[in-house]
Amino acid sequence: MSCEINSTAPTLPLVARFRSAMVRRMSGDGFTSGRFSGEGLACRRGGRLVFAGLHFSVAPGGALVLRGPNGSGKTTLLRLMSGLTPSSSGHMAWDGTPVDDRDAHAARLRFVTHLDAVKPALTIMENLAFWMALWSGKVEDTVILKAMEALDLQRLSAFPARLLSAGQRHRLALARLMVAPAPLWLLDEPGNALDDASLTALAKMIADHRARGGMVVVASHGSAFVEGGMTLDVGAFSPKTPAHWSEEEE
Amino acid sequence: MSVFSTVLARDLRLALRQSADSLTVVAFFAIATVLFPFGVGPEANILARIAGGVLWVTALLAALLSLDRVFTVDFEDGTLDQLILSGESLSLVVLAKVIAHWLTTGVPLIIMSPVLAVTLHLPAEGYAPLMLALLLGTPTVSLVGATGAALVLGTRRGGVLLSLLVLPLYIPVLIFGTAAVEAAVTGRSAGPMLMVLGGLMVLAASLSPWATAAALRQAVE
Repeated sequence: MSCEINSTAPTLPLVARFRSAMVRRMSGDGFTSGRFSGEGLACRRGGRLVFAGLHFSVAPGGALVLRGPNGSGKTTLLRLMSGLTPSSSGHMAWDGTPVDDRDAHAARLRFVTHLDAVKPALTIMENLAFWMALWSGKVEDTVILKAMEALDLQRLSAFPARLLSAGQRHRLALARLMVAPAPLWLLDEPGNALDDASLTALAKMIADHRARGGMVVVASHGSAFVEGGMTLDVGAFSPKTPAHWSEEEE
Repeated sequence: MSVFSTVLARDLRLALRQSADSLTVVAFFAIATVLFPFGVGPEANILARIAGGVLWVTALLAALLSLDRVFTVDFEDGTLDQLILSGESLSLVVLAKVIAHWLTTGVPLIIMSPVLAVTLHLPAEGYAPLMLALLLGTPTVSLVGATGAALVLGTRRGGVLLSLLVLPLYIPVLIFGTAAVEAAVTGRSAGPMLMVLGGLMVLAASLSPWATAAALRQAVE
């Protein structure tokens, strides 16, 4: 009896992993992800403590809006959530398991930073095709067309990206979210440089993503495009002592 | 593997669209080499004596000219953040970018070298070893240079710092590359020198992508 338990026990996680992979593949749209959370996070930039003791939690289908004055660490927190910047203390967890494999974590998120990562020499179509190939290993024109339509870029698809305005380039960066699904979206000021129609399109994208069980973390001053999300005031976690800069602190 | 081919294809396409960048490197190689007959004088035997060394030094400087750009553009427009977040091995991405760099600058230099060797009166038996030595040496130049480029990423005047950092590391490649041409011209076998160059390339190919990836992660923190 005990022998049986011992022999089956190690296979159980394998079976579970296989099943969850199968479910993910079969359901197509819809994510089977768990909760993304962080506990006791602190980050130090250039010797200065940006924030400390920060904790957050996002459930599937949930949204988290990061607020706070300029320099309070919204972008830093997003970079920390993405794994690009290591935290100086605290830990993050995905579905209860600690986030320690940066590549595995990166595969389940999309990060739109304040830099658009658009190649001016490539057309809009080629820009999107590159990201789709990188993330999903294949290029499907229908998927790219849908992404372009979501942000009203389809008329410009054959234009080199260097001809685009700042707002259009940013829309192209947002269209990247649509070419390959990932459960977690990290958006840094996604409403910047967008016109009203694009803001509505962004709100719809975020709502659709959440309806499928995706999670969104947005750093933003105006959050008209996130409905019913939780708000996290990053500024509340900054150290109370006045900030000063000195070489020795490093 | 799809990450490797995707990044390689994109970088080659970008290089083709912005072919001026590659052409600048080849033009620099040509002009810098042609300066030597003017400076040293037209005596054929003196030029033939220094031809191997001159071609190697100018090729290294020409390659250095373009290394600066390998990661800078991606770093500045935010593509590097996204490549690091691709979820795949960053070393593989680095290797793809280095190979793209070699194909767009190293290979044109190799093709150009025999034409320039004519202006330096390189003896006929030196041509094949010169091209072979460049074929084995320029990948090392790209690999080591990429590590240097990743290390100076984000610094002001990174190009100058990059030369100070990687030119000393190119000395072994320069010694054996020149020695291969020298050996062939003086009637000895260039084989051992080429083998050392091959060994250096293998060493660089196994260590550099890994070190470069670590430096890139550091740069975006």
